[in-house]
Amino acid sequence: MEAMLAIAIGLLSSCGVYLMLRARTFPVILGLTLLSYAVNLFLFASGRLVVNAPPIISSETSHYTDPIPQALVLTAIVIGFGMTAYIVTLALRGLSESGGDHVDMPEIVDNNATEAAIDSRPPAASQKEQQS
Amino acid sequence: MIEHLSPALLLPLALMVAFGGVAMPLMAEPYGRKATTIATGAVMALALALLIPLFSTVIGGQTVVMHLDWLPALGFNLGFRLDGLGMLFSILILGIGILVVLYAYYYLPDYDRLGRFYAFLLLFMSAMLGIVLSENLLLMVVFWEITSLSSFLLIAYKSDAYESRIAARMALVVTGGGGLALLAGVILLGQAAGSYELSAVIAAAESIKADPLYPVILTLVLLGAFTKSAQFPFHFWLPNAMAAPTPVSAYLHSATMVKAGVFLLARLYPVLSGTDAWVISVSVIGAITLVYGAYMAMYRDDFKGLLAYSTISHLGLITLLFGLSTPMSVVAGVFHIINHAIFKASLFMAAGIIDHECGTRDMRRVNGLFKLMPITATLAMVAAASMAGVPLLNGFLSKEMFFTEAVLFTGFDGAHLILPVFATIAGILAVAYSVRFIHDVFFNGEPVDLPRQPHEPPRWMRVPVEILVLLCLVVGMFPAWSVGSMLASAASAVLQAPLPAYDLKIWHGFNLAFVMSLIALAGGVGIYVMRRHLIEWHHKLPSLNSRTGFERLHRYLVDQAERLLRLLDNGSLQRYIALLCAFVLAYAGWAYSTGDRLPQGNSGIPFDIAAIIALAGLMLGTIGTTLLHHRRLLAVVLIGIVGLVVSLTFVRFSAPDLALTQLSVEVVTIVLMLLALYYLPQNSPKESSRSRIARDIVLAVAIGFGMAFITYVLLTSSFNTISGFYLQQSVPGGGGSNVVNVILVDFRGFDTLGEIAVLAMAALGAHALLDQLRLTPPAKDAVGRLWAEEAHPLFLKMLMRPLLPLALAVAVYIFLRGHNLPGGGFVAGLVTGVALILQSLAGGFSFAEDRLPKYYPPFLGLGLAFAAGVGLISWFFARPFLTSAHGHFGIPLLGDIELASVIIFDLGVYLVVVATVLLILTELGRLHIRGEKA
Repeated sequence: MEAMLAIAIGLLSSCGVYLMLRARTFPVILGLTLLSYAVNLFLFASGRLVVNAPPIISSETSHYTDPIPQALVLTAIVIGFGMTAYIVTLALRGLSESGGDHVDMPEIVDNNATEAAIDSRPPAASQKEQQS
Repeated sequence: MIEHLSPALLLPLALMVAFGGVAMPLMAEPYGRKATTIATGAVMALALALLIPLFSTVIGGQTVVMHLDWLPALGFNLGFRLDGLGMLFSILILGIGILVVLYAYYYLPDYDRLGRFYAFLLLFMSAMLGIVLSENLLLMVVFWEITSLSSFLLIAYKSDAYESRIAARMALVVTGGGGLALLAGVILLGQAAGSYELSAVIAAAESIKADPLYPVILTLVLLGAFTKSAQFPFHFWLPNAMAAPTPVSAYLHSATMVKAGVFLLARLYPVLSGTDAWVISVSVIGAITLVYGAYMAMYRDDFKGLLAYSTISHLGLITLLFGLSTPMSVVAGVFHIINHAIFKASLFMAAGIIDHECGTRDMRRVNGLFKLMPITATLAMVAAASMAGVPLLNGFLSKEMFFTEAVLFTGFDGAHLILPVFATIAGILAVAYSVRFIHDVFFNGEPVDLPRQPHEPPRWMRVPVEILVLLCLVVGMFPAWSVGSMLASAASAVLQAPLPAYDLKIWHGFNLAFVMSLIALAGGVGIYVMRRHLIEWHHKLPSLNSRTGFERLHRYLVDQAERLLRLLDNGSLQRYIALLCAFVLAYAGWAYSTGDRLPQGNSGIPFDIAAIIALAGLMLGTIGTTLLHHRRLLAVVLIGIVGLVVSLTFVRFSAPDLALTQLSVEVVTIVLMLLALYYLPQNSPKESSRSRIARDIVLAVAIGFGMAFITYVLLTSSFNTISGFYLQQSVPGGGGSNVVNVILVDFRGFDTLGEIAVLAMAALGAHALLDQLRLTPPAKDAVGRLWAEEAHPLFLKMLMRPLLPLALAVAVYIFLRGHNLPGGGFVAGLVTGVALILQSLAGGFSFAEDRLPKYYPPFLGLGLAFAAGVGLISWFFARPFLTSAHGHFGIPLLGDIELASVIIFDLGVYLVVVATVLLILTELGRLHIRGEKA
């Protein structure tokens, strides 16, 4: 079973990374989702695989799985949703700003022009110390 | 203890007055220039008045120290100290500061409201005061950096002038860079000494000098000192800083900024001095600066530039004296700090008056002013004579001391010959430039073509100069009476040893030092007479324009940085991710090849048919999503399978809470993606090149293998968990048997508070992004069909309405039982969100829009307030934040229920989750309505 989970996590990361490297926003969102699954499963796996021993205290058993990774992963899943939601809205905003869904938005600000205004300005006509 | 502590509290109080006072000129600005000036002067006077009660203690030989722990683990504490050296500098900083404030009132033009100027000046002054009153060395470095920053503001005060901006930038780069070196040096010093408190560092002086890092410490500290006090080869920022208004120059280049460097030398003198490395580096740099500055000063045509170079030269002299490291040379150095501050401040102010009156600073045009402004001329001449070292003036006394030391010094072979000759040459040059200043400006014929007709300045503008010149005379004639005790206490603070026997008097007999003075006077006048030949000769030398050099270097560095930036940051997010992945691979590979192995020994669980089916499903979903990602709708369907299998995995391996959470998140995520797909293109174009795909596959496969490998190793290794505590304490300590939930809302409640805060931020971020967003949905779908008109199947619509109360009841149930059985705020929140969103799906967003709240951010705040508020309540019971309480309550109809206070915390979690889900999904849905209306 351990090997199977390892294969699953490896596959999820692999496909997640591949999709994250795509040029359009939507595959990137899919890739992030896959990668989140992989990471959550991996964190969960750090408590090792235990069958039929949920960490719910009862008088019938004294055998429980490790609850800490579960607590970590629970919030990770919800925050993962928050992140996905944010990225989706970002993609939509990008679509409305640039008219396309490529991850690299076209440059908007002309850097050279700004820089020229700051740096290469000739000395102002020799200004005197004198001010009055 | 108390009676010892209370006077020392005046030190931080004075600093607080100074720093707090920065606001005073800004507040006084509306009441006019005069009020602003008085307010500024009052702040300085008050700070000085707070320190004065401590002076008698200090002169009595004691050091006032105040210590307050701040970050004791880092050695960074609020340590303040007033000793003789600090007292001397406080008097210079505040005393000359007050005079500069008065002077600036007249110097700066009437249209300048002065608030900003005085605020900068006070900030700078406070930082200077902080440096000299710091006991903790790290604190001192902080103040040191504030002086660099605030001097930038002062030098760039005339910010519309290009010269000012360049000069300010240069000063900031040089002194700020030196400050960084100093920080590194002080950190090393503190580590070598075991403490950052000056007293402890001084006590550990011997072990520091023996430390193998001593040369490094010395170099770094000296870099800080030399850049600040403009020692060769870092001197170039100072003449350029003359672009600042003259009051700034008078302050920064006489008593403060540049003196911070020599102050540092004096401060760390007991710690670092006495070694060969100290003597050689400090005295050689000082000597070069002394002669170079004096030489350059002779050739300035601009008299303010002349004063600037003479400042460099005098700082070199002080540095040289500290470098010689004999007790008497230290006394001479401290004495010269006082004298130089006095005469140089008055000279800068006089120069400012002349500049103000004539409209130019060119000594080839400003001539013969003695007839036009005799009083100012006399004052300036006295101060300049002091600078040249004419007897009966203060400059003469410390210069005599220097000559005596030069004669007596035997630190290295040939010192008795080289040093006196060197000292005499420096003396000759100093006389030469002083004579040039006096003769060119005040005599030497008539003024040539001045922009305006000069006359005496306003009465009060001259007062600061008069006071300072009077001090030159008083100190020059009655040294022991006027500054004797202050000098003694400052010098003994520097030496940290009994003072050498010396006599502060005007006439020491007809000795070698006096002969050297005479030679210097005669030689200086002689050089001035022959100046034409010298100037011709000087102009044949290759000119070393530091400013263009610095600018060229600056330009070059900026260009290189831009080139590097373009190389790394080409704007392609795809490339960044690829680089990041490659880095992760390389780093993990490196860690693997160098790290330890995990202990193996966990026996695995045999696999069964269900697991194989699940894995097959997951593979289908994952690979399908990847291969078919160009067809986006299909990809969403396939990724749903993956989520389902992940939920099932959690069920299988004893994590019911996770399974519930994953399942409900899955629904919300799919809805979210479908909503996004309504606007986004339905298909991805196939545009990646073959090589790009190959690169990505290599990266992806490598990372996948890595992850699989790590997971397998992790899963088969033996381990010790720390969760025993949580399992034991869950029921007795947390009052709940669902350990995961108890951890979330109780044991690690603070983490959860942070996590829901992150969730709320993500929701608010999405809210901000969706605000004002206009998107036009495509009229047709991917294959060219029009969107269906009869949007909402009646069956679904009808089914959903009775389902809503049922779903909400389930949510309440899950929420309430969460503390003991799988469930809780997170899951209940998601279930509620899903139930409400399903209404929108079934009935349309307009339908839901009419029935649901329209604006969700307040709910986020409410949820956070619940969670944090219940934590705060525990403060009222004198318990730490988020302490929980629980007990049994008999409630009618429900019977005996165990309730824990954390249920309110969980309610906060619930609210944040519901609000996040609804906010994002309804606002995305609303885009459509907005689009229809538009």
